Amino acid sequence: MLMSGAKMLLECLVREGVDCFFGYPGGVTLPFYDALYDHPIRHVLVRHEENACFAAEGYARATGKVGVCCATSGPGATNLITGLVDSMMDSIPIVALTGQVSTKLIGSDAFQEADTFGITRSCTKHNYLVKKLEDLPQVVHEAFYIAASGRPGPVLVDVPKDVFQGQSHYQPVTAIHLPGYKVYTEGHTGQIRRAAQLIGESQRPMVYAGGGIIAAGASGELRALVELVDAPAVTTLMGLGALSATHPNFVSMPGMHVSYAANMGMTHCDLIIALGVRFDDRVTGRLAAFAPHAKVIHVDIDPAEIGKNRAADVPIVGDVKRVLGKLNKLLEDALPVDQAKRAAARKAWWAQLRKWQAEHPLVPVTSDSEIKPQHLMMEIDRLSGGKAIVTSDVGQHQMWAAQFIRFTEPRQWINSGGLGSMGFGLPSAIGAQFARPDKLVFSIVGDGGFQMSIPELATVASYGLPIKIVVMNNGYLGMVRQWQELFYNNRLSAVELDCFPDAEKLAGAYGFKGRTIDKPWELTPALEEAVRDPGPYLLNVKVSPHECVYPMVPAGGAINEMVLGPPQPVAVPK
Amino acid sequence: MLQVISLLVENKPGALMRVTGVLSARGYNIESLTVARTLDPGLSRMTIAVDVDAALRQQVIKQMNKLVNVLQAVDLTEERAVLRELVLVKVRAVQGTRTAVLKEAEIFGARVVDSSPEGFALEATGDLEKLDEFIDVMRSYGEVECTRSGVVAVALEPKKLRLQPPVPTKAAANSEEKDGVLNG
Ligand SMILES: Cc1ncc(C[n+]2csc(CCOP(=O)(O)OP(=O)(O)O)c2C)c(N)n1
Ligand SMILES: [Mg+2]
Repeated sequence: MLMSGAKMLLECLVREGVDCFFGYPGGVTLPFYDALYDHPIRHVLVRHEENACFAAEGYARATGKVGVCCATSGPGATNLITGLVDSMMDSIPIVALTGQVSTKLIGSDAFQEADTFGITRSCTKHNYLVKKLEDLPQVVHEAFYIAASGRPGPVLVDVPKDVFQGQSHYQPVTAIHLPGYKVYTEGHTGQIRRAAQLIGESQRPMVYAGGGIIAAGASGELRALVELVDAPAVTTLMGLGALSATHPNFVSMPGMHVSYAANMGMTHCDLIIALGVRFDDRVTGRLAAFAPHAKVIHVDIDPAEIGKNRAADVPIVGDVKRVLGKLNKLLEDALPVDQAKRAAARKAWWAQLRKWQAEHPLVPVTSDSEIKPQHLMMEIDRLSGGKAIVTSDVGQHQMWAAQFIRFTEPRQWINSGGLGSMGFGLPSAIGAQFARPDKLVFSIVGDGGFQMSIPELATVASYGLPIKIVVMNNGYLGMVRQWQELFYNNRLSAVELDCFPDAEKLAGAYGFKGRTIDKPWELTPALEEAVRDPGPYLLNVKVSPHECVYPMVPAGGAINEMVLGPPQPVAVPK
Repeated sequence: MLQVISLLVENKPGALMRVTGVLSARGYNIESLTVARTLDPGLSRMTIAVDVDAALRQQVIKQMNKLVNVLQAVDLTEERAVLRELVLVKVRAVQGTRTAVLKEAEIFGARVVDSSPEGFALEATGDLEKLDEFIDVMRSYGEVECTRSGVVAVALEPKKLRLQPPVPTKAAANSEEKDGVLNG
């Protein structure tokens, strides 16, 4: 069948099961948007290409499916960069489609030409420039395969205008052959056996689970492991929801801002069972002092993660779902005497952990006169009841949300973990709401980050997305203010955010409801009203401006050297 | 000590940039790089000599092996391997020194590839140290101009090449589920 490149691309998207994607048109993508005009696939027009990528991430993070975004050449493509790096850091499957100037013009500094292929090399898992129409279907299917398989990530396909316009016979692609693209799934049987043995010998094990569990859909296996071993479990910022926060073995998140018990547990355990994690510096603190008594079992699908930051005693390269399936089987088959030994050893370890938890629990601070950030998050947690999708921006509000909102399932918590991109919260909520129209979606944003994505209020209004945007408004770039307060003698430099717009008027200008509150007794009714409202809602919550996130591990500190609350030491970090 | 990496790479646009990107992203300086196609014209063999901390060498190899276009990356630094480089040296040699220059060239197994009244162009191959010495010797006769090829290497131990077999596309896999045959 003779077909244009533009139609062919849409045909490939349909074959990949894409029902909706996010984009912004331009000169060189005109033929593509023309083909889209009477095509059933849904295109969501965002208001900035960066947000097209963030929305695609929200979609992907909420479903596990590949998120798709689209931009024109030159400025359209360069606007995608932050989103590409963001999805690279958090291993999110994205296919980004960009238009390029016609093949004859490439390299001539043509209008809106940019070397997208070159620019995006280092911020994608792989990328393509399609110079011949005949290659297009093969490339698109490869892109989806690479994005979703192994360790997921973003793949960019750059399509010149004349490739969109050309006509060619369309031949469906049935197979992908990438001889150099190695995906290791099974895990080494011998190593899995060694892992079972180490677990059997361990007195004080700790399960350290991350985003890899969610990517692999291995929550069931994780839970089974945790219960079989009766080990305390921490999940990283990317792994929240991988094990339900209501599970009795769940301790919390380890690292810079979360709990005393988690960090003490990591410091004193004799075995770390690391699953789909990368020993990020925000988790380990000073690496040399991290978990000094622990042996490490490290399971990851990416061989380059194993031994990167912390040497593994038992390295296992594989799909964590399959590896845990096998490991659990071995643990189940262990002799009853060994199981009994395991249970006895665990008693003392749990007593110790419960003691740490009781000594310094996360404090749900409240006040009679002002709304405390923690109070806000506790209320959102109550209203969600472990069911809502919560997207977050980056800053203090993100840490408090992670501390106080309990996620019971994977894909409920959506945030920019590795890159920490401000402006992520609102557009990712748009993608999540499109992916899960049945779900209540909260977008928790700071007064800073919200203003980076304000243009997307139009997208929210245009598609009538019932997202509950909650601005935790502390009047500051709060996380930066916190560091200036604690480590730079409270010399607050360029962190004050005045002139925040009137929320009621702002939302009203887009045709939906908004409100500002600042009294603690207004909080519950205002949140309830927002949730009850069938449409979008902008709730601006003025919280106490000077609150800091605790506990905190200062930069360069070991994770057991936490600052638990004010007053704080004053020192300039290295 | 320089790390010597040997790669088998798909001969595709951008492949070279991806490989060197692993090094440049970490701020490593490449000492030499050679690339040329193999018996299979779809593949290239690349040899890189680069100054990498011993502790990070394995990480660099892993990162390179992750690249879609890289079939294999191996570290030859401490392996049994032959390393060779070629150098072209132009040396000034007039009346008095010509015989001496030729004698030295012979000692190093260099060949004369051009000769003129002003001097010679010589070609030599060898390991890196030998070529350094050769160049030093030639410099003692006067001004030289030289171009080195960069090191090429071949591993002496056989390397198992693990390649990914083809997989069906999603649509093909779905229709296979439906009607039990792989269409097309
Ligand atoms: C794009 C971007 N620019 C700058 C930063 C650095 N940064 C991290 S947190 C933060 C403050 C965020 O302020 P706000 O959105 O008000 O959230 P808060 O910390 O007050 O909750 C800044 C500026 C960032 N993470 N991302
Ligand atoms: Mg703020």
